[in-house]
Order: sequence, then C-alpha cells, then structure tokens
Amino acid sequence: MNPLDLEAAACGGATHFNRRTILKAGLAGLGWLTPVAHCLARQAEQDRSGKPAQSVILLWLQGGPSQLETFDPHPGKNIAGDTKAINTALKGVQFAEGMEQTAEQLSSFTLVRNMVSREGDHERATYNMKTGFRPDPTLVYPSIGAVLCHNLSKEGVEIPRHISISPGQWPGRGGYLGDQYDAFKTNDPSSPIPDVTARVPEERFQRRLKDVDFVERAFAKGRLKDLEKRKTLQSTTIGRAVKMMSSDQLKAFDVSQESESVREAFGDSPFGRGCLAAARLVEVGVRCVEVNLNGWDSHINNHATQGARVATLDPAFAALIRILKERELFERTIVVCAGEFGRTPSINPGAGRDHWPHGFSIALAGGRFRQGYVHGGTSPEGEKIEHPEENQIEPGKGIAVANIHATILHALGIDFEQELITPVGRPMSISKGHVVHELLA
Amino acid sequence: MWAKRALFFGVSILGLSFMVATLLSGSPAPREEAPREATPLSPGEAGIHEIASMVDQQFAAKWAKLEMQAAAPADDLTIMRRLSLGLTGSVPSLEEIRAFEAANAHDPTQWRLSRLFEDRRFSDYLAERLARAYVGTEDGPFILFRRHRFVTWLSDRLQENQPYDVIVRSLIADAGLWTDTPAVNFLSVTIDQDAEQDEDKRPDEIRLAGRTTRAFLGMRLDCVQCHDDQFGDHWKQTHFHELAAFYGHAQSSLMGISDTLEQDYKYQYLRAETEEVVAPNVPFEAELLPEETEGVTQRQRLAAWVTHKENKPFARAMVNRMWAIMFGQPLVQPIDDLPLEGPFPPGLETLAADFAEHDFNLQRLIRTIAATRVYQLDSRADFEATIQHEDQWAVFPLTRLRPEQVAGAMMQSSTLRTANARSHVVFRIITFFQQNNFVQRYGDTGEDEFEDRGGTIPQRLLMLNGNLIKERTKNTFMANAASRISALAPDDPTAIEMVYLTVLTRRPVEEESAYFAKKLAGLRKNRRAQAMEDIAWTLLNSTEFSWNH
Repeated sequence: MNPLDLEAAACGGATHFNRRTILKAGLAGLGWLTPVAHCLARQAEQDRSGKPAQSVILLWLQGGPSQLETFDPHPGKNIAGDTKAINTALKGVQFAEGMEQTAEQLSSFTLVRNMVSREGDHERATYNMKTGFRPDPTLVYPSIGAVLCHNLSKEGVEIPRHISISPGQWPGRGGYLGDQYDAFKTNDPSSPIPDVTARVPEERFQRRLKDVDFVERAFAKGRLKDLEKRKTLQSTTIGRAVKMMSSDQLKAFDVSQESESVREAFGDSPFGRGCLAAARLVEVGVRCVEVNLNGWDSHINNHATQGARVATLDPAFAALIRILKERELFERTIVVCAGEFGRTPSINPGAGRDHWPHGFSIALAGGRFRQGYVHGGTSPEGEKIEHPEENQIEPGKGIAVANIHATILHALGIDFEQELITPVGRPMSISKGHVVHELLA
Repeated sequence: MWAKRALFFGVSILGLSFMVATLLSGSPAPREEAPREATPLSPGEAGIHEIASMVDQQFAAKWAKLEMQAAAPADDLTIMRRLSLGLTGSVPSLEEIRAFEAANAHDPTQWRLSRLFEDRRFSDYLAERLARAYVGTEDGPFILFRRHRFVTWLSDRLQENQPYDVIVRSLIADAGLWTDTPAVNFLSVTIDQDAEQDEDKRPDEIRLAGRTTRAFLGMRLDCVQCHDDQFGDHWKQTHFHELAAFYGHAQSSLMGISDTLEQDYKYQYLRAETEEVVAPNVPFEAELLPEETEGVTQRQRLAAWVTHKENKPFARAMVNRMWAIMFGQPLVQPIDDLPLEGPFPPGLETLAADFAEHDFNLQRLIRTIAATRVYQLDSRADFEATIQHEDQWAVFPLTRLRPEQVAGAMMQSSTLRTANARSHVVFRIITFFQQNNFVQRYGDTGEDEFEDRGGTIPQRLLMLNGNLIKERTKNTFMANAASRISALAPDDPTAIEMVYLTVLTRRPVEEESAYFAKKLAGLRKNRRAQAMEDIAWTLLNSTEFSWNH
C-alpha cells in the first residue's frame, strides 16, 4: 500500500476523498501533517468551490490605533501632525508612512474609513467591536469567534476552534453561548502551547487516567442520574483534552516548521509569528484566530508610539494576505484588522491623541470582500462623523459596528437574523446590524 | 559556620517532622467515649435552630406535596468541606480536620463556624465574593489597587460582624476619598476616567442604579433602562431613572466623592422630544422613603429606603446571595431577579424576616442556613436522584467549584497545615501568584458567578497538565503533602487515608484503600513517593475534588 492509499484508508468513512483531491491537497502546502491529520484537515474544507468563507482571522490592535497614522492620513492638514503619506496600489488613495507593504496589498482588500461607534472606553469598546453589541448588564453576548464555532461545522478539528494568540485583557468570550466557546489562550508561537504536554511519561499518564476512572465510578455511586451527561462532562472533556494532546493538528501552532524566508516575511515579532500561525490554523479548520497587538493607546507621544506598532503590523498583515492567497485559503478566510476605536484628530498638549469613536478605519480581506475598495472617508478638518440611528445605513453617516458584524456573518453564510435562545430563555438574534452590500463582491 | 547551618537545618527538619508526625498520627478519638464540647451561643445566635427547623418544615411540606423523597444527612466531614469551600474558598487542612475531630463538639457545624468566623480567611473570602456584586471584577493595575483597598475595608467590616444594613448605607451614601473612605469606591468605580469632557468624569447614575437594584434588592430594574417592561412586569422606564436620580448630586473632585445641589440628573425618555430633569423617587414602598430634609443628601435618603427593615427585597436579596455562596447555587435563580410579590420558595421569607429582625446579622444568617437539615443533606441518595430532586433541594446539589476555589483547594491540599494569614510570607506570595495565574487560565466567571457553566477543554488541560498541579504534586519534600506523607506515614493504609483527607476531606472506603494499596505495595523511597504523587494527582483530577457536593 503506498502512502496515499494509507491516507485514504485512514479517512475511512469520510467518503468524499479520492486520490486526486488528496494529491491536490498535498500540493497546497499541508505537507507537514501526517496522513490522518492531513485527511482531517482536508475534510474541514472539502469541496470548497463557491462556498462561503469558513474562518475569520482577527488582527486585534488593542488600545485604539490612530487612523491618521495608519489607513487614513490627511497629509498637509492640521490634523496630520508630523505624519507623512505614501501611495498605495490604488490610485489616489494614500496610507501613512510605514504602511508600505500593506499599501501594496490594498488591491486585495476592502478599507472602511468611516467607522463609528458609541463607546469610548477601552473595555466597553472592545466588547462592542468583538461582539457587535454594546455592553448590556442583562446579557453577555458572544464574540464573533464564538458565534462561528457555534454555527459552523466542527468536523475533523481536534484542537480548539477559537483561539486567541497573545491575548490581551479581553480575548473573545463565549458569552451566553457558554464558556466552552471562549477563545483558547496561547502565547507567542515561538514558545510551546500551554498545558498540552503531559508532565509524566505516556505510560504513567495512562495509568493515572485509569485511576481517575476508578475514582469517578466511586463518586457517581448514589449520585445524580446521568451525572456525566447532565452535569460534569468529566470523561467527555478528559477524552477531548487527551485527543487534543496527541493531535497532529497542534503542529499548526509551530511556525518553526516554515522556511526561514516565510517567517522573515512576517517580521520577527510575536505578532508576526501569530499571524503566520493563524494562517496555519485556519488551514486545519480552526474557525477564528485572534492575534493581538497591544500598545496603541497613545495619549502621549502619539507619533512614535503609533510608528512602532505600525512597523510590527505592516509586514505581518501584508504577508498574511500573501500567504493566504498562495495557499488557496484567501477565499475561505476573512481577515479583519481593527482596534476598538480611532484617535482624535486634534493633538493634545502631551503630543498624544485621545480616544475617538467618531470616524476610524477597519480593513477587511478575503472571503467575498471586495479587493481594492475604499469605503467612506473622514473630514480633513477632523469633524465627527454622525452615528446612524438604530444601525441604519444612511448616506452621509458612518458605518455602525453592528453592520460590520452583519456583513461578515453574511459573507460567512450565517443567517444572523436567526434567534438563539439565551440561558434565561430570551430569544436573541445573532446580530442586529445590516449588511453593507457595497463591501462585498 | 557550616556546622551551625547544618545544625539549624537539622533542627528545623526535626521540628517539621515532629509536627507532621503529630498531624499524621492524630487519629480521632472515638466519638462515643469522649465528652462532647458544648458550644455556648452568643446572644445573637439564640433561636437559630428554631428558625432552621421552620425552614426545614417548609421544605418537607413541599417534598411531601411533590411526593418526593429526600436524602439522608451527610457526614460531618462533608459538611465541613462545604463550609470551608463556601466561606474560605478552600478545603480544610489536615490540621483543621484533626482539630475538628478532636474537639468532638456537640454541634460540629456550629463549632466549626465559630472557628471560621475568627479566621481572617473567612472575611477576606466573603468580602471578595460580595465585592463582585458591588464593584464588579474589572481589573487594570490602578483599579486593582483600589479594588484591593475596597475588599480589605469590606473584610474588616465582616470580621467585626458589622450589621449588613450599616455596610450598605456606607456603600450608597459615604462621601470622601477612596483611600480613607474605601466604601466610596462603590460610586467611583463607575466614573469614566477616559471621558473626553471633565464634567463627564463623575459617578454614572445609570450604572449605579443598576448595581443598587441588583446587588442590594435582587432586582433587575435596569432592564427597563431604555423602555417600559415588555415581559409582563409592571416596571416603567421612569421607575429606573427616578431611582438613578438619587445619585444625581454625586460628584467627584480632588476631595473625593461628595454631593452638590448644583447639578441634577437629566434624561431623555423614549419618544420624548427633549432631555428633562428627573426627580428622585423609589419604585415601590414609597412610604419607607424619608422626607427631603436639609442636610440629608439624596443618597442618604436612598440608603435609608434600601436598607429599611420593612423593605423586604433588601433582606431577601442577601439571604438568596448567602444561600448561593454556601450551597453553590441560589435559592432563586437567577440570583438578582427575585419577584417583588412572590411566589417564593420554601425558607426564603422565614430567613429574610429573621435576618431583618436580628439587625441584619450576617453571621447569624450563615449559622441559621448551616443549621438547616437542607444544608446538611447528602448529595447521594439510596433512591434514584434526579435533577428534580436537586431543584427542590431534596438532595444537596452538585455544583462546579469556582476557579479560585479549585486553586485554593489545590494549594491547601498540597500542605498539611492550614494555609492562612499566619503562613510564611514566601509561601503566601508563591500561593498568590500561582493562584492568580491558575484562575486566569481556568477562566474567571466574572460577576455572574452563579450562572451554570459547562466544563471546558482548557480547564481540563490545566488540571491534567498545568503548572500548578505539577508544582503541587511533584516530589519535593517542602512543597507538597504527598511526598511528606510518603516519607513519614508509618504504613500504606495510613498514607492513603492521609491523601484522601487532605485532597477530598474524607477517608477512603475499603475498596478505594485496597485499590491504591496495591499500587504502593512493595515500593520504597522514590518509587513510593512517585506512586503517592500519582494518587494525589488522580484525586485532584476527580469530579469529587472540583465540585461542591
């Protein structure tokens, strides 16, 4: 039996495979997986043609990136500060200096320059951006990664499907969908993934697990009927945890398996490595990867603070788009690059910019998002953009956060108007926004 | 010099061994023979057993009506474990178990509570649990420091058993700087420090009204913040904003929180054309609200109304919360959505009335709940226990422990002595960081701490392979109980019993003893220590360890 037959055999009941699809898969770059994992990964994306995207990569710029120092400079105007502009792949559109590689990639993504929100506090605004809802004391909403895991297939994925790399203070949560939809938190991919390696040799570990079984049986005696199913999920979670510990898909975290030139393109930073890992993770079927880049809160010394973050962001974002295209993942992945709000057009006495939810930028790539499109703009004089009532799409007003959620969910083929039942029995639609059709091809 | 050090080391080890040996060999005095120590009740505790039995009768009547059997009483150690987890956030130490059994008290539950109330761990832990409802769980270095100040203040009040209504009046109405009047953090935590306009850097009436009704009255009036009630209740949007208006005079300055007549609470109601000044008023029991008087702030009026003895939701909310802390789940779910007019479950009205009548004495409330048969029921039954039995409290409900309880229990079970404020400072520092790290990875449940949540894979991975469990079970003589027991226990059965007591607060049954004795048989030194480590690891990974039962 040659290796390819082995692969097919290992996939067993998953009938959609034939030699040709596996061959094709091999060429697309999953060579680093063993045959079984390979099949599982392929199963996660079988017959992809024409299907909506299946995964989201969120490049999360925590602290509030300045639109003026990134995607929306106003060179020569009072509000520009010292920031200079450079040309992009799109005629007449300029980015801030330092965004050279991303500027070249603008022909591949959509840029929304007139985002507005009603939240100016880091925690509330982060929640707002990640869930599409404003904080509500009566209900905790799930973040978009949790919704994806809840609504899309989990077939063939042995590792967590919602992952936060270098999580900041507020990684994605399951909210009313439950903690099992929380993001799995992990650090810079150059270090090992926490808690997935047994602390004792395999044989001893297995003995320990057997002992746990023994102790469990004693505890269940006389206690609640269907203890496992109704309450504890003890052996279910142990089973899944052990499966994950031995899963080949964990290799997706390991960016050292990539060639040096690939790694270099992303930049030598935890964020760059996180972006590379994100591409590998969506390849094996992970639904949402959040990669966090902290430190954008430039209340003092804005120019230098933003510049330092831009130097990290620029190569990583651009390389991510390139690699997704190279590996034929671009259509089935949506990349979102955003922070919780923008920064004030005016510069404060400490040479800083403060919080500004009244006109900021968000970049959207992949899936059905248009390639080379800029939506809306901000005033060169730094005036506020008005927030629409009830998240409506109104000419002359900004794009509400909920509408970006609705648009992404729509592009993922998720019916966001469907109502889920919250733990208190209150039906709640997944998003209260409206699709911004201009952003989609 | 080295000789001196060696001598010192030797003496230390000798002392330690002696202490450990004492703990290990302290088999309990046979219960029947030793005289039982009577526990004198203080004046605040008279009559608690009568109240407890009234509560029990109400439950019994309900079970009879449903033709439902109830479980038998649990044993003393099981109840001791529940009390320790609920009131100190950790399992009892072997040292405490020994003292508990040696005392052989007439009323073991009340004896144990008397010890716990003297223990700083009790007030610290209860303060932390209550603080979640009062000021939330937001962090960030600055907030963390203020929060710590607040929790310490609250812990001091609980330690001296200050009446609960006095504590709440401080929270609502105190003025001053957060450093020397920490209660004002209840208000100052709602200030938006990042607000663009200076005049917006003041206490947020809407958040305060939400917290006031939820935390102190067990009601979710904030549901009508934006529109009238659509779920059949009679709350109106005006009710919420009139309550918020009591906080309208509160301001924040360099002098801290104070009240000024120069500002009022304004709000633009749904479908209203303009913003209007809203006059403070209460949504029910208006006759309990003091008249407006010069020199009395609106916050003081609100505080008087909220904590009025006849304002029943106030006592009910605390009974429900304390019940939840002790049982792992509230008497009425969700914890902050009690109906104003009922119907109420068995026990609630009786406990609430007694609580109000006895000057909102929290320790009395805890003693009374603990004295009920309902609290002392087993979580096992000799009939088929179902979710319905749990819902009716006819068996003790199984609830998942909170992350800090799991961490606390894991740390406590790794040492034989009580890990408390008297522990060595290095031990406490290590403990603090290990615990925080663990809680962060395990996933804190935040303010909504009594929502039933499923177990997660990351939690399981953390228990199987995490740093804490490795540090706390690995074979080092100083750091964990398993190795000490292994080195010092005279024989295998004793060693196994000790591990069961330190981790699960019970003795193994015969079958368990035999199962693990087989694993230890014939092993010596390192290999024996390793096998002990395996047993500790196994018990720590059991459902029995990470659940309240």
